[in-house]
Amino acid sequence: MSAIPHREPREKQAVTWDVFSEGLWRDNPVLVMMLGLCPALAVSNSAINALAMGLATTFVLITSGAIISLLRRFIPRQVRIATYIVIIATFVTLVDYSIQAISLDLYNALGAFIQLIVVNCIILGRAEAYASRNPFGRTVVNATGMGLGFTIALLVLGAIREILGSGSLFGVDLFGPNFEPWVVMILPPGGFIVLSLMLVAFNLVNRRLGSNIKQAKGHSHAA
Amino acid sequence: MQPDSLTFIFLNAALMNNFVLALFLGLCPFMGVSGKLETAVPMGLATSFVMLISSLSAFAINAILVRYHIEFLRLIAYIAVIASAVQLVEMTLKKYTPGLFKALGIYLPLITTNCAILGLALFQTFKHYGLMQSIVYALGAGAGFTLAIALMSGLREKLDLSDVPGVVRGAALSLMLGGLLSLSFMGFAGLGGTH
Repeated sequence: MSAIPHREPREKQAVTWDVFSEGLWRDNPVLVMMLGLCPALAVSNSAINALAMGLATTFVLITSGAIISLLRRFIPRQVRIATYIVIIATFVTLVDYSIQAISLDLYNALGAFIQLIVVNCIILGRAEAYASRNPFGRTVVNATGMGLGFTIALLVLGAIREILGSGSLFGVDLFGPNFEPWVVMILPPGGFIVLSLMLVAFNLVNRRLGSNIKQAKGHSHAA
Repeated sequence: MQPDSLTFIFLNAALMNNFVLALFLGLCPFMGVSGKLETAVPMGLATSFVMLISSLSAFAINAILVRYHIEFLRLIAYIAVIASAVQLVEMTLKKYTPGLFKALGIYLPLITTNCAILGLALFQTFKHYGLMQSIVYALGAGAGFTLAIALMSGLREKLDLSDVPGVVRGAALSLMLGGLLSLSFMGFAGLGGTH
């Protein structure tokens, strides 16, 4: 990093749809960048846990991004990572106590993983790669997109695991008493396996979309 | 086995509740550095070492925080201490054992953002472990992490030679392997303890 001379990055002011949407699909944190896998797998054993985790992470992503973006000219480069971590840890502590106050059940279900948002690589990664070199507006919009992308990926993962593993969705029974739950899906191996299959599906869809784009541009070589 | 005996704590952290395969902590290095056996094992050992150091530091910090009733600073204090511990370990190794330092290379600084380390510190606090129990817990967690990452790299080395479809290649395949490993580690659950 130190090899790159520090120069004032050229800032683009415009807040475009692209700034928001890149986190949703093209650079989805979980499915493309493979960041934040630990909480994604650990708390996705039910849809409600996944949603709560996604929203908590989104909140920290937006607030820490906003503060870092506002302070980006005052944070010395040498201690920037330490500064980011302290800012992030502050907001995570806030979320931790808020969830504890709002719903103790949820707090117990998520356990230490709320506090572990501090070391979620998405947040530090976005702080370093985006918030530290973009103005407030763009950072907030981008963080919202990234957070939503993370939340959606987590929600899909959690919903699949809950439907297969408990036969319910958001705690509502779906199949009646004769359904034999596929218990392994809500256990740790299920997390790995469902996410793996989601990645395969994602790659298949992208390959189809990608080939369309390539065909439109006239490049039709096999991937 | 008694749930708070040292043997149980070690086996629990290493096998029944393996940090990577059952608790999903430290997946980034598990996925990122498990390509080859000769990088995976040093990574596991370095992580175990930092786990031990930060477990000790976290124990001391927590004692201070509880003493002055400022537990709400726990998270910030832990992460700051872990970051400094990694830095300190790095500097000490560089000064006294340059060979080892060179062998570990870039993996050392990256360990700060490994959630297994912070997870370990938080779990030992939640479980109210004493000093000796914390040390054993850290050793068990480190052994479990090293075991998991070494097994994974062995499997991936074999898979490099086999013909798999293009869409599955890469992360999806690694995750599937992780799932199978995790499934087999569930067999250890019979040894006792679920938390």
